[in-house]
Amino acid sequence: MTAASKQPFGAASSLSQRVVKPMPTRRKSLTAMLALLPALVIFCAFWLLPFSRLIVMGAEADASSGISAYLTILTHRQYLISLATTVGLSFVVSLAAVAIAGVAGFFLARHRFFGKGVLVATLTFPLAFPGVVVGFLVIMLGGRQGALAQVSLWLFDERWMFAYSLAGLFIGYLYFSIPRVITTVMAACDNLDRSLEEAARSLGANSWQVTKDVIVPGIAPALLSTGAICFATSMGAFGTAFTLGTRLSILPLNIYGEFTNYANFAMAAALSVVLGVITWIALSFARKLAGTNVGAPV
Amino acid sequence: MSSSVSITLNQCSRTFTGGNMALKPLDLQVNAGETLVLLGPSGCGKTTTLRIISGLESPDIGGQVLFGERDVTALPIEKRDVGMVFQNYALFPNMSVADNIAYGLKIQRLPRAEIAQRLDDVMRMVDLQGFGERRIDALSGGQKQRVALARAIAVRPKVLLFDEPLAALDAKLRDRLRIEIGQLLRELGTTAVYVTHDQDEAMALGDRIAVMQAGRIAQLGTPQEIYHQPANAFVADFIGAVNCLEVLGTQPDGGLVVHGGALAAAHLQGVSSVYCRPEDIQVVPVGQADVRGKVVQSIFLGQTQRLLVDTGGTTPLQIEAPSRQRWPNGTAIGLRLPAQVLFHPEPAKAAVNAKEVANG
Repeated sequence: MTAASKQPFGAASSLSQRVVKPMPTRRKSLTAMLALLPALVIFCAFWLLPFSRLIVMGAEADASSGISAYLTILTHRQYLISLATTVGLSFVVSLAAVAIAGVAGFFLARHRFFGKGVLVATLTFPLAFPGVVVGFLVIMLGGRQGALAQVSLWLFDERWMFAYSLAGLFIGYLYFSIPRVITTVMAACDNLDRSLEEAARSLGANSWQVTKDVIVPGIAPALLSTGAICFATSMGAFGTAFTLGTRLSILPLNIYGEFTNYANFAMAAALSVVLGVITWIALSFARKLAGTNVGAPV
Repeated sequence: MSSSVSITLNQCSRTFTGGNMALKPLDLQVNAGETLVLLGPSGCGKTTTLRIISGLESPDIGGQVLFGERDVTALPIEKRDVGMVFQNYALFPNMSVADNIAYGLKIQRLPRAEIAQRLDDVMRMVDLQGFGERRIDALSGGQKQRVALARAIAVRPKVLLFDEPLAALDAKLRDRLRIEIGQLLRELGTTAVYVTHDQDEAMALGDRIAVMQAGRIAQLGTPQEIYHQPANAFVADFIGAVNCLEVLGTQPDGGLVVHGGALAAAHLQGVSSVYCRPEDIQVVPVGQADVRGKVVQSIFLGQTQRLLVDTGGTTPLQIEAPSRQRWPNGTAIGLRLPAQVLFHPEPAKAAVNAKEVANG
């Protein structure tokens, strides 16, 4: 609605227009406020209030140690190890996923061959599985009756298995991280300016130098942000870890355990906050890094 | 600077997937130290030719690329010792100006002192002193293209290749950089191939120009030859403005009857049409005119004005006239077309092919 159509005096003189103009602007901002209201309500009800309650709850005394749950995490070996394991595992998984899928994604983006569409669809299929199914798949591969155990039993008369260890978690997490990285890297490679590579080659750069100096810097923002998303997903992955066994000490399982087995709400809350904050820092860090590098106009 | 080499293309064609032959078998010789401009509309095969010379594309089987005596057909671009300047600059955004320019030198593993020396030299040549530490995205378009130019000449390539380097710049900057590139090429004496669709650029920079059309060279010659003796109607039409006068008949004295009068042109007998450039037509008193007509439009161009004169033919004649005189529409005007400015190029061939390429 224009200023002229809203003005009450009818006559479209420049004077009356100047007088009336601020009105619709104010009304517009009021309308915007009203439109924002549902979003604000949802934000408060489902995020702000529960989360502040969680933060406060985490500061309460822990049932076993008797001191604040946050302090307990920092002072008790068991929680520190669990924290380090979760962060370390997620970090290594992200690194491995970016390394493996980065190369694969670049190859897929650059080559056309028969069946490529089917292959890409297959590679990204794990995104459709919930964590429980991924865990199940890892058991099929490395569990007591798994494929590896069968083969090693036949060859060496021993059952080899890794499903219920950190290695199993690593494989499971890698499994659902790789498709994310592949799709992101493929999109980033499509956006690379080919003439940059041609310019580098004209100056004598071999393919390794082109990769190092042009391609990797070009897709670095995509690699960083997709790596951070893998990290965040791995930090919070519950289904896979739960399927592979509660014996493993990682944060999501700790939270579940404190909450359901020991009704230690303070501890569960504190662990949740720590998990959330670490993930959030990783995500915003990568977003910032990616932001400064993305789209340096050519 | 490095001694320059000649470039020879023997029967180089290029067929893309889908069977579209973007380049018909082509023979081309670029002399050592010469600047050859490949000029033509989009889709004419000029960029493909440049990419075959650079090594970014291979010719179809049977094609051969020679640098001097050396057959480089099988060599990829990184082994060919060429410098290339792209339309979109293609500067490395993650490196500073100095790092961009020195990139090729670092690849060659030159001693640090020599890199610094050469960096200094080329930055002075392209007038970029003091810009070494700048980020690429802090440069204007003209500065970016200077950096790209410096980067290409820093490695002292055997051959310099330009792929429409000025197309993304505004007119004023384009003119200035065009002059600078011309000076630089003369100074360096490096063999250069320059692709453009801009005829002014081609005229100003080319020792010779190859006008391309539909994957073929329509004409290869000096700018003067291309302009004054176009080999066919396509070239005549593509380079500058041209008038085409239909010949209606022949007078007993050999004069060619055209709309609005008759032309004395002993060297053009039995042709169906004659061509001439707007600036070669003189405005004379109506009584002494070869051809008479009426001004239907005058377009003021500053230095001159372009008059459109209706002589009864299908399209009005274009005339260049001094800019101060007024020619209201409908004014009767007399024109003289001296015999030596009239020419008759071969009729345009390959028009069908041009359409094929454009669609493909």
